[in-house]
Parts: sequence; C-alpha cells; structure tokens
Amino acid sequence: MTSATLARRQSSLTKGKLPSYAVWLVLGAALVFGAAAASLVGFSAVSWGLFSALFFLLGATAVTAVVEGGRKATDSLATYLVYGAFLVALLPLLSVLWTVLERGLPGISYDFLFTSLNGVTGAVDNASVANGTPVLGGAYHAVVGTLQITLWATAISVPIGLLAAVYLVEYGTGGPLTRAITFFVDVMTGIPSIVAGLFAAALFGLLFGPGTRTGFVAAVALSVLMIPVVVRSTEEMLKIVPNELREAAYALGVRKWRTITKVVIPTAISGIASGVTLAIARVIGETAPILVTAGFASAINWNVFSGWMSTLPTLIYYQILTPTSPTNTDPSTQRAWAAALLLILMVMLLNLVARLIARMFAPKTSR
Amino acid sequence: MSTTTLTETRGAGQSGDKIFSGATLAAGCLILAVLFSVAVFLLVQALPVASADPAEITGGAGFTTYIFPIVIGTIVAAAIALLIATPLGIGVALFISHYAPRRFAQGFGYVIDLLAAIPSVVYGAWGYAVLAPELAKGYAWLAKNLGWIPIFEGPASQTGRTMLTAGIVLAVMVLPIITSLSREIFLQTPNLHEEAALAMGATRWEMIRMAVLPFARPGIISAAMLGLGRALGETMAVALVLSGGALSASLIASGNQTIAAEIALNFPEAFGLRLSELIAAGLVLFVITLAVNMVARWIITRHKEFSGAN
Repeated sequence: MTSATLARRQSSLTKGKLPSYAVWLVLGAALVFGAAAASLVGFSAVSWGLFSALFFLLGATAVTAVVEGGRKATDSLATYLVYGAFLVALLPLLSVLWTVLERGLPGISYDFLFTSLNGVTGAVDNASVANGTPVLGGAYHAVVGTLQITLWATAISVPIGLLAAVYLVEYGTGGPLTRAITFFVDVMTGIPSIVAGLFAAALFGLLFGPGTRTGFVAAVALSVLMIPVVVRSTEEMLKIVPNELREAAYALGVRKWRTITKVVIPTAISGIASGVTLAIARVIGETAPILVTAGFASAINWNVFSGWMSTLPTLIYYQILTPTSPTNTDPSTQRAWAAALLLILMVMLLNLVARLIARMFAPKTSR
Repeated sequence: MSTTTLTETRGAGQSGDKIFSGATLAAGCLILAVLFSVAVFLLVQALPVASADPAEITGGAGFTTYIFPIVIGTIVAAAIALLIATPLGIGVALFISHYAPRRFAQGFGYVIDLLAAIPSVVYGAWGYAVLAPELAKGYAWLAKNLGWIPIFEGPASQTGRTMLTAGIVLAVMVLPIITSLSREIFLQTPNLHEEAALAMGATRWEMIRMAVLPFARPGIISAAMLGLGRALGETMAVALVLSGGALSASLIASGNQTIAAEIALNFPEAFGLRLSELIAAGLVLFVITLAVNMVARWIITRHKEFSGAN
C-alpha cells in the first residue's frame, strides 16, 4: 500500500506497517456497520456491542493480514481477544455493583439499619404499598446475627489456624504428617460451603438431638470454611520471616516457643492480620451454611447458643425467594437489595482494611 | 529468667516449649480430624437412606434414581461455567501479566479480585433480577432459530431462569479463581525463555504460545480444576437463579437441578428420612468435589518446583 508511493527504499523488515490510527479507523467503521447490522435484527445495546466487536475483530485482522502479513495478523487478533477478555470480565463486576447501588440505596435508611423484621407481615407491606408510605422493617436483626456468627467463627478459627500454621512452619519436619496436613488444608479450601453447613448440622444433630439450629452451629460451619484460609495465609507469612531472626534469638538462649511468640509472630503479624481479615471477608457473605444451621429469624437474637438467627445473606435469600407479601413483592425486593448493599459495603471495607494492614504494618524486612 | 539458668538443664521454659509444641501439633491434627469427621458424620446421618424402602425415597424409586438427575445437573452447570470461564480467565490473566501497561497491571489485578469479594448470594440476586430477564430475549431467539439442537430446544423459559443462566453466573464466580492462579503462573515464566523467543523474531503472541503457555499448562489445568470444584459446590447462585425441575437436555428451558441447590431449597423444611436423603446428597457432592480438588492439588504439588499456585 505505502511502498508504491514511497520513493525511498525501505528495509524489508519494517515494510508494510499500519499507521497507529488504523485501529481507530477500523473501530469506527465496525461501530457504524455494527449499528447497521444490529438494527436488522432489532437494535439494542447488546446486539450493537456484539456485532461491532465481531466486525472489529474481522476487519482489524483482515487489514493487518493484507498490510503486515499473516503472522502479524494472528498476533493482533490475539491482542484484541486478550483485551476483549478483560473488558468482558469487567462487565459483570460493573453490572453487579451498579445494580446493588441503584436498587439498594433507596432502601437504606435509619429505620432499615436499626429495626428488625419482627412484626412485619404481608399486611404491613401491602399497606405501605397502598398508602405509599416508606417500607417498614429492617435488617438490624440480620446485622446482629452476621456480626455474632462471624465473631464466633473467628474466635474458633484463628487460634486453631494460627497454631496449625506454626506447627507446619516451625515444628513440621516435612514428614508424612506435615505433608498430610498441608495437602488436606488445601483440599479443605475446596469444601463446598453447603457441605460444611451439613457437617455442623449433622454434628450438633447427633450431640443435641435433630434439628438443633443456633448461631453457634453456624459459627462452627463457618470455621470449617475459615480455618484453611487462615492456615494458608499465616503459613505464607511465617515462611517469609527471615531465618536470621530465629537464629539470633536461639543464639541468645531463647526458648523455641518464646522465639516464636516474641520474634517470629510479631514480625509476621501484619500479614497474619490481613489474612485473617480476608478470611472474615470470605465467610461473612456465606449463605448456604447459615441456611442449614441457623434457621431463619425475624426478631433480634443476641444469644448464639439458643434460638434461630438470621444473617444478612439469609435475609437477602428469603426476601427474594419468599417475599413477605406474595402479592406486593416490591418492599421485600427493596429490603433485599438494601441488605445486599450493606453486605457488599461490609465485605469491601474488610478487604480495604486487610490491604491497609498489609501495607501499613508490612514486615520491616527485605524479602 | 534468672542468670543462673545457664547451667540448669531443666529451665522454666522447657514445659512452655512442650505445651506450645503440643498445642500446635494438636491444632494440626484437629484439622485432619475435622475433615475426617465431616465425612464420618455425613455418612452416619445418611445411613438411614441405605436401609430405607425405595418407595419411601423422594421420587419413589430408590436413592440412585433420586440422585442421578441432580448429579448430572451439577456436572452440566459446572461444565458450562468452566467452558466460559477458562478461556476468559486465561485471557484476563494474560492481559494482566503480559499485555496491560506495567503501571496499571497490579490495579487491574485488584479489580478482578473484587469479583471474588462479592458474596455469592448477591450474584444469585443479580442473576435472578438482572441477568435472567436480559438473557430470556436471547433464549427466545435461540429456541426459534437453533431449536433443532437438543440443548437449545424450546419452549424457551420466559423468565430466563435456566441452566445456561446459572452456568453463566457460576462462570462469573469462578473467573477470579482461574484468573488469579493463571496470572501467578504466567508471571513465573522464566524471563530468559520469553526473551529468547522475542530475540528470534517471534511476535508477542508467538512468544506466549511457545514460551508462556507450555510452561503454564499444568498450572492452567489445576486452576481450571479448582474452579470446577468451586462451581460444583456453589449453592446460592443456582438456588436463586435456576427454576428447577426434572432433568432435561434443553439448557434454555426451565428444569434441571443441582445437588447444592436441592439441599439449600429443601433442607429448612426437611425432617426424618428426607433429612437423611439430603445429607446423603451432600455426601455425594462432598466426594465429587474432594476428588476434583485432590486431583488439582496433586497436579500442583507435582509441578511445585516451578509453580507458584499453592
């Protein structure tokens, strides 16, 4: 294309190079043709996007193949596909966040945060829809349940996970037991959450009679999910503590357990803390184990050892699947999305805290 | 400690040493015990199913007939998720490791990790309220034009709450797992291999195909299998999205069910034999995911010397 117009001799290695604006030209053309093709089958943003992407891929690859040759064309096709994969992966994230914000924000109010669903029946919802008054009832009981159950799960998992990680790193000799623990901790990270719930339900069913459902059973179920995460992250953090620190402590005559509690763990504490925070963030949104272990309540229950409890995820689930008022589902849907917004805020906050801890108190050693 | 302890063989700290190492050992063994007891307790609670009269089992034809359709449903949903998420996850991982500008690559990684932070019930609600109605239009078109293919057989679901939708939601949920593991492995490709390929005049894609992908293959396989383990056991997304029913070949009509969703939907009202049935179903799910995870972990351990995915 260009070689015909150029008088200058060109190296065969650099000949036939598309100008940098060529991509944008093809993109523009693809958008126009995409719009045309989309209007043939019924115009919508989705069909426009699909057709444009298809035309762009075909067009850009064809143009590159003609000007730059086959190998370059394959290369640019791969580049567009890889960029496309990232953009496609962003779509659900943006869509979920947008949906939760758009539908959840109207439901967030002082009443939503500080009242429970106790006494809110279908008649109440019907009345608030008919009169146009604000939706009554809130998620206070679920917030209480979420915090209580997560707190107990953390209290169970952190000591066990921490000690097991210490065993693996400091005491483990690489023997069969160490390898078995490492392997099964990895396998445990893949236990389906509902199976963990069934386990806790089955355990307490055998011990205290069938149908035992309390917040504590849910906490046990969650700790089955949480322990392996704590072990993994703690193990990684203990491993990067330099051996020189341990040897220096031993050289001063310090006992091994004092070395671990006073030197090794304090050095790694930021990583451990952020790992624990991430583990909490993981289990706080679990629904299935709560469903089979803690039942469902609409009143506030502070006692994890007796009575059914509700958490934010189960609240969302039940409000969507079995709306309080079957004829007017809007109040329930609004509560569900508001609860989802609250839950996502909690999880994001925990993730942010974990990153901050990891960054601010990073080990004062060079890796 | 006093200064005289240097010569004493039985210092005050010795018992502390023993207690502490004993405690750590106990914690380690407790983890093994927990995993073991998960299997045992599920087995004990599921036993009544084995001795029960086949006519009393849901469906009236024995446990095998009851469990078979939902096992197939579970596998189909996970397979759809994996078919979508694996190529996409590899693409995203390549983008972050080899294509994105260095300065933003880590930020993009965090963004994809955000996908993993969103609770599953929120994905379920999103699939139920946003994705399903959108896809329903597409399903109607598929049923009309490609209905002769068994998996697109009509009548298409009006609500869009079908197996394919559930699979797509699951794909979104396993995407961050596959992405983060693949990314770790792509980043570990020896720089010399990459530079050698580029020095021979390979384009970026040829370099990736010749140096990065062969190196990362075991890692990609195990990442996909860990994603599979997650997709098999995922409950809420399917329970909320899928409008369940009998086993059917069509992915765009309502029907089919997965083990996890079957348990979640029926457990709260279950008692007696039904409870044992659901726990037995849970045991089946546990065994399937355990096998998948063990194979994945085994692949990772076998290639541990050049893999960071652990």
